[in-house]
Amino acid sequence: MRWKQLELTGWGRVRRAPTLAARLERSGEFSTLFGGHLPKGLSIFGAGRSYGDSALNSQGHLCLTERLDRILSFDPDSGLIEVEPGVTFRRLLDVFLPLGWLVPVTPGTSFASIGGAVAHDVHGKNHESAGSFGQHVGEIELITGDGSRHRLNPAAHPEWFRATCGGCGLTGLITRIAFKMSRVPSAHVAVTERRLENLDAFLQAFEDTREASYSVGWIDALASGPALGRGILEMANPAPDAGYASTPAKAPSVPINFPARSINRLSVKAFNEFYFHRIPKQPRNRTESYGKFLYPLDAIAHWNRVYGKAGFHQFQCVVPYTDGAKALQHLLETIAASGAASFLSVIKRLGPGRAGYLSFPMPGYTLAVDFPNRAGTEALYRALCGIVLDHGGRIYLAKDALLSPEAFARMYPELPEFRRVLAEIDPDAHFGSDIARRLKIRASA
Amino acid sequence: MTATDTWILLGASSPIARALARNLAGPGRHIVLAGRDSEDLEATAADLRIASGASAEAFAFDAADFPSHSAAAQHWAERGGRLNAVLLFSSMPEQDAIDSDPSLARNCIDVTYGGAVSILHHLAPYWEARKAGTVIAIGSVAGDRGRLKNYVYGSAKAGLHTYLQGLRNRLARSGVHVLTAKLGFVDTSLTWGAPGIFLAASPDAVARKCLAAAAKRRNVCYIPLFWLPIMTVIRLIPEAIFKRLRI
Repeated sequence: MRWKQLELTGWGRVRRAPTLAARLERSGEFSTLFGGHLPKGLSIFGAGRSYGDSALNSQGHLCLTERLDRILSFDPDSGLIEVEPGVTFRRLLDVFLPLGWLVPVTPGTSFASIGGAVAHDVHGKNHESAGSFGQHVGEIELITGDGSRHRLNPAAHPEWFRATCGGCGLTGLITRIAFKMSRVPSAHVAVTERRLENLDAFLQAFEDTREASYSVGWIDALASGPALGRGILEMANPAPDAGYASTPAKAPSVPINFPARSINRLSVKAFNEFYFHRIPKQPRNRTESYGKFLYPLDAIAHWNRVYGKAGFHQFQCVVPYTDGAKALQHLLETIAASGAASFLSVIKRLGPGRAGYLSFPMPGYTLAVDFPNRAGTEALYRALCGIVLDHGGRIYLAKDALLSPEAFARMYPELPEFRRVLAEIDPDAHFGSDIARRLKIRASA
Repeated sequence: MTATDTWILLGASSPIARALARNLAGPGRHIVLAGRDSEDLEATAADLRIASGASAEAFAFDAADFPSHSAAAQHWAERGGRLNAVLLFSSMPEQDAIDSDPSLARNCIDVTYGGAVSILHHLAPYWEARKAGTVIAIGSVAGDRGRLKNYVYGSAKAGLHTYLQGLRNRLARSGVHVLTAKLGFVDTSLTWGAPGIFLAASPDAVARKCLAAAAKRRNVCYIPLFWLPIMTVIRLIPEAIFKRLRI
């Protein structure tokens, strides 16, 4: 197995990491990577859809799993499926939705890999009812730094399992993941869109629609004053009679990097104004495919290029429901005053479901906002992190590139447990990454 | 078993084979994944069955184990229906490695050339009897001219190209088509991180182009096509000059 010099980035394209990368064609090859001397601090890179530096390894070694992309078994009676880590949500959607099966939990892009979904214990627009991805996983096969294979299940190996789910790939190479698919009555959902004039109305609407299977809010993060927190709430439920046929559309692509200043206050304001008024005052209903509803941005390939070469940061936090409205207001005021927000900021409700020590979810509101990477962005991001900390919330590691180790330790109270178990799984620090170094995930801060 | 369209992928663990299998798998097709790594091939077969509903099986096959080829060919022919094969296996040690250990040359030739001739020759009578089928054989631009960098492998592929010309001549009489697909760089573990690689084609693109060329009943094709002018020039350089070059 040869190492290839690559420069890899996260989806936000802010961090660029020169790396020596190996690409596995079959998981059995991983042992030949060692040749008796596995490089220290190896990181695992899946589909490259984490925004920050969680899969990167500057000046280090890295292992690509994109070609470990096979579906290994599927039981049509129970929905139990076993896949290799490089299988994407897109492939599972294409193969199984026509058969009436859907992944129980999915992130907002179908191009993410299942291995990455475990490593970040991802959540979706149904987190309150369905929990996190890791909660649906029955078994993980893990190759640890000494080359040994382990089959982890949550009952028999709770600690290793909890360290691996949400563990940012630090426990080892995940080679198989078994989980249960969900039955769906059709390939479509019935969607209701509601326009909401301010934050209070938004949160009340969330409250009123808690029985919906999926709910997600788009928020105009540039709006201020009485319009602060205005946006559109989308709720969706299975559409039983809509059938399984769907017409796959060819995705348009952003062909080139946009010039640096094309995302500015004016263009974003104009876009948000249009997007908000697109929905009439009265709620609007439509039926659309799961693919379109779950992955709206996947319709535009390479959408991250609109932020130009400098890239962007996605700030995603969760703040507890207690005082949540106040926290959101404070965050949105700070964001609106900066004028730095971009379009398509997202707000969702989260429940308590989490599968790992370093999982992101907690009961509360989650807010995700994109900021073009410019002078002042880091200071704004840190100010927002301060607000999140004050309210007992946390930042999502799959998105982050800027958090400090001190803030991280305060946001993730189970970090000491994670460190204790990681020291047992990988005592020689065979696995590592830029995020692990930056946040001092392994060492005591 | 009812007669179906059978595709035998010889050397089925490669990324090109996996891409071919995914493109071929569908209703009415039976895919045989022949190769040495049975565990890996079983996993690919399961993936094909689940994702496409195709019928697929792994089959233990070693290109260098010549005595086993007769039984393998007979076994596949017993399925009946239309028989097709894609020849994918080869052995490509680094030329430097062969230079320092000449015994490596033997295996390279045994697999790349000898194994290919052996299995195709055992299959040929079945094709003649059935008067239908397609053979896609993966050749290489390395076979177009002996070069400092890979002439042992290149000579084995050159031998294969010549063999395929004859096989095409023979099977054409029975309506069986033989495609020689000469590949340039493909993005696999063979080229990953190797020096001097440019514009490596994705395995999926190569697979699609192979199948398209076979459907059009092309005899010889270069994939990607830009290798045709490159190799034409390389072939035309007089030997007196070529022997001093390092390309």
